Amino acid sequence: MPLETFRRETREWLAQNCPPEMRKPSRGEPDICWGGRNWEFQSEDQKIWLERMAARGWTVPMWPKEYGGGGLSREEEKILREEMRAISARSPLESFGIWMLGPALLQFGSEAQKLEHLPKIARGEIRWCQGYSEPGAGSDLASLQTKAEDKGDHFLVNGQKIWTSYADKADWIFCLVRTDPAAPKHKGISFVLFDMATPGVTTKPILLISGKSPFCETFFDNVKVPKANLVGTLNDGWTIAKYLLTHERASIGGGLAIAGMRSLPAEAIKAIGRDESGRLADPFVREEVIRAEIDGRALLATIERYKAEAKAGQGVGAKSAILKYAGTELNKRRYEAFMTIGGSDALEWESERSEEGTLAREWLRTKANSIEGGTSEIMLGIVAKRILDLPEA
Amino acid sequence: MIALDEDRIMLRDTAREFLTDKSPVSELRRLRDSRNEDGFSRELWGGMKDMGWTGILIDEDHGGSDFGHVGMALVCEEMGRTLAASPFLSTAVMAATAIGRGGSGEQKKKWLPAIAEAKAIIALAVDEGRKHAPEKTALKAELAGNAFTLNGEKTFVIDGHVADAIIVAARTAGEPGDKNGISLFLVDAKAPGISVERVITVDSRNSARIKFDNVNAVEALGETGKSFNLLENALNAGRAGVAAELLGIAGESFDRTVAYLKERKQFGKLIGSFQALQHRAAHLFGEIELLRSLVLAACVTLDKSPDAAGTAVSAAKYKACEVGRLAVSEAVQMFGGMGMTDEIDIGFFMKRARSTQELLGDAYFHADRFALSQKY
Repeated sequence: MPLETFRRETREWLAQNCPPEMRKPSRGEPDICWGGRNWEFQSEDQKIWLERMAARGWTVPMWPKEYGGGGLSREEEKILREEMRAISARSPLESFGIWMLGPALLQFGSEAQKLEHLPKIARGEIRWCQGYSEPGAGSDLASLQTKAEDKGDHFLVNGQKIWTSYADKADWIFCLVRTDPAAPKHKGISFVLFDMATPGVTTKPILLISGKSPFCETFFDNVKVPKANLVGTLNDGWTIAKYLLTHERASIGGGLAIAGMRSLPAEAIKAIGRDESGRLADPFVREEVIRAEIDGRALLATIERYKAEAKAGQGVGAKSAILKYAGTELNKRRYEAFMTIGGSDALEWESERSEEGTLAREWLRTKANSIEGGTSEIMLGIVAKRILDLPEA
Repeated sequence: MIALDEDRIMLRDTAREFLTDKSPVSELRRLRDSRNEDGFSRELWGGMKDMGWTGILIDEDHGGSDFGHVGMALVCEEMGRTLAASPFLSTAVMAATAIGRGGSGEQKKKWLPAIAEAKAIIALAVDEGRKHAPEKTALKAELAGNAFTLNGEKTFVIDGHVADAIIVAARTAGEPGDKNGISLFLVDAKAPGISVERVITVDSRNSARIKFDNVNAVEALGETGKSFNLLENALNAGRAGVAAELLGIAGESFDRTVAYLKERKQFGKLIGSFQALQHRAAHLFGEIELLRSLVLAACVTLDKSPDAAGTAVSAAKYKACEVGRLAVSEAVQMFGGMGMTDEIDIGFFMKRARSTQELLGDAYFHADRFALSQKY
């Protein structure tokens, strides 16, 4: 289909099918639709929007149609995004299944695994969480100790994960486990999937400095996992883990740069105003805002450039570490600027005016950006080692 | 956003090969030490003509190769890598843009092929004070009969000392600070009343201070009193070129520094194994990647819609100034005492980075312009 036809039809379809509530600016976290068995829609419009988009495969526009996707090309997907943005349409569904497990299954999963799991992700029926970090395995993730013993038709999983995002709300987990304790640390890890309702799985939310608990400790006590739930090759889970980490880093860095976030210039103008020359009235804040805005553009342009280069067959590889590093450090700087602009108003924690301290909580949340998914220091180490080829310490 | 296609990759690779061969940093050193009168090699300029670079922004009807701004920036980047001195920026980028976009049919016919053939060097005279501020142009152009007479002074005129002609920004109406009332004139550099003082700058390159004392009967370029946009077109092309040159300077300083980290030993180890240096190097690599995207984005915009490119160009030049400064500072620091010696080339990069930061607007100028374009 010619792209202009696709654009016209997409525009018409969105105009007819995106409910009014779903065109109001998203407040971020409280307005996100995560889906899952126990999901309670915040509104009827949210439910309708998810159903309509999922029916077209547009919750995951670029996945193949047979797995519940839209089968769109990169150009078509871009048009869809642009047309959604044009009417301020919210994303119908967000999830770790879409961001992470889906791409991993498309790459490494068996046909049966793809057919079983991908359509449920696309329709928002199953909500996934990621079991990676452990108390003793943070930056040194490959030293993880949660073990899966071969018991014939199933693995018996025992151990503990930490920083499992929304484990208490998730239906299934994709999890790194040690299947060969004798092998070198990277060589004895496998990638398995299991239902969080399986006996022996318990979760405990962790209270963070933001006052919220998006992460959990997750405990596995003799959890039986069918062998069919192994993804890829036994003991070669690190390959998938690395693929996913690379993916996650690119999307953390990139996700932070995408529109729909608070606008620094807009908030600064609202709070501070302009002088008679049209400039933001506080020159110090103005410079901070400019730096952040230009770096934000640079990050978006770099994401776009890497995409174009990858498509043209020019290798991007370990460069995604840069996106993660630059994106997260920038986001922290932006939130420091928001707090400065907000002044004492931004400190409010329990008032209606501040919507229960939304800004302050978001500010605190950004501090995790440069820790989760590989710290800034790990990212710099990857660049030093894999791109610059600097010698080992 | 785009990835470089095969033609452009070839342009970049041949540029790198040509410049590494014909104009390595040792060539700038030679020009400096021999107190070369021109400050660049005419032979090299001829070679650039043969490569099609002099006509890089000139259409084929006027004898150009018309590679566009993306191609122009690739060449500038490579020039930054070897610190190649030539009138490329003044003549092939800024003058070619000003004449190509604002010249009469006759002016184009006269000057564009001459630029493409490397038969004319044309300087753009804008700055009048320490800092770049085109709208503050004060140099007077007064109507005497049916032609204009110029009086005033220009500074930091790149290639002014070797120019055959000068494009002069002058005020025909309004007050310094007004965008209205600015006109461009195309003046023979040998015209009576013009006096040129060559200034050798810190980077062993040249600019000129030029006095205009009753320079009569000058020829207008573009519409009198309404040429600020035309001037901005030329300057934006130049700014993107300078940003690309800074990208090259940063990239080359960085590559040399990383190579040094892999050969220099202290405490019995390669210093590149120290995490304190690894992380700084990795950070810098990331910054250079970000800069590369902004330079490319600015040039894509210049090719598509030059009149709307100011924001993208300012973002690129701003970041280029910041990253260029960081790259050469880190280079000298990591080279340690050797970085302070004239023997090692790194100092040349630091000096050129300084003058290219200043050239056509420093980081603050472009930060301000960027923000104003976004209405804050």
